[in-house]
Amino acid sequence: MDLSRAQVPHGLVHVIAERCKQCDFCISYCPVDVLEYSEDTNSKGHHFPVVAAGKEQACVFCRFCDLICPELAIFTSESQADASDG
Amino acid sequence: MSIPVEANISLVDKHPADDLLRADRFPHILCPGCGIGTVIHTYVRAIMESGVDPDRHVCVSGIGCSGRAAGYVNVDSYHATHGRALPFALGIALHKPDLVVTVISGDGDLTAIGGNHFIHAARRNINLNVICINNFNYGMTGGQTGPTSPKGARSPTAPDGNQDHPFILPHLAHAIGASFVSRWTVLHVRQFQEAVLRMMEKDGFCFTEVLAPCPTSFGRPNNFAQGLHEMEMYRDRCHIENGVSRMSDLQIDIMDPDWPIIVGNFVDVERGSYGEHA
Ligand SMILES: Cc1ncc(C[n+]2csc(CCOP(=O)(O)OP(=O)(O)O)c2C)c(N)n1
Ligand code: SF4
Ligand SMILES: [Mg+2]
Repeated sequence: MDLSRAQVPHGLVHVIAERCKQCDFCISYCPVDVLEYSEDTNSKGHHFPVVAAGKEQACVFCRFCDLICPELAIFTSESQADASDG
Repeated sequence: MSIPVEANISLVDKHPADDLLRADRFPHILCPGCGIGTVIHTYVRAIMESGVDPDRHVCVSGIGCSGRAAGYVNVDSYHATHGRALPFALGIALHKPDLVVTVISGDGDLTAIGGNHFIHAARRNINLNVICINNFNYGMTGGQTGPTSPKGARSPTAPDGNQDHPFILPHLAHAIGASFVSRWTVLHVRQFQEAVLRMMEKDGFCFTEVLAPCPTSFGRPNNFAQGLHEMEMYRDRCHIENGVSRMSDLQIDIMDPDWPIIVGNFVDVERGSYGEHA
């Protein structure tokens, strides 16, 4: 297999900030540590997940943050960009 | 509502599963770190992947925090009285056999006050899918000890630790005749979703126990003050053993840090569902 040409799926993270209750599941269980807490809070005072600096290309679209979220406050979409280029 | 826009995130106001939720009721009332929301999420995803029109799915819950599930899903749903989700659901299942009827309720609702309905619905192999959210206590009413509370667990009704032997729910479900029996946790989201899908396609009485954190009521007095603490315990101690050979091995001793918790799909048999030979 030519690893330099292997296509790694790449995802974009979307957040519904108002639903987040800061349970930490998405941040703890992202396998590539894409997420960290926002500096801002939502109207209930919870910090919500954002993409950590330098991790903009790191999401592998495993969808685990979406599946595990008890609030349905986060999901990912597959990005068309070829991760092996970046 | 003012959410500051962070540069490095796409902030949106709708989730792809929202059409199957009563999204106007979100954020839901469940506590931060409670596992019940993940069960609702998984059920909704299973509906989307079931290939069955959402109009043919029905959700029935009893009373309790787990019993809130029926109120958050946008399919025909019923919030029955305490312990009576199963009699209500089996009425629907028998009258309208083309519907996919799923009961989502708590350990207390299904196996304490509703325990008698549980054993007889399984014995008769009624065509129902039962998701029992086991958070080891009566979460909604303040964390009282119930039939799944582990030995030694502290609660307002057992301040020195529970002295009773808990039910092993998959063992019980198997003994009373369930056609499908599994146990997962809300950390095992993918396997749990597969089990729910299997229940949806299978005839007869199907049962999944899903372990879920209740940080507020069970967790605080038992060293799981955050949902994440209990999730970490699942991660450290769960072993997947599909088709486990001895159901008694499914005993959970949550207080013993070395005690393995076995999860998996344990039973999947054909037994002829109720009314099939009528
Ligand atoms: C007939 C009746 N008895 C008692 C109650 C009080 N009650 C409400 S919820 C509940 C226990 C629910 O426990 P469980 O099913 O485990 O749900 P959880 O809140 O833990 O998700 C009890 C005893 C009630 N509502 N109705
Ligand atoms: S009391 Fe427990 S079960 Fe009820 S919403 Fe809070 S964490 Fe969940
Ligand atoms: Mg309970």
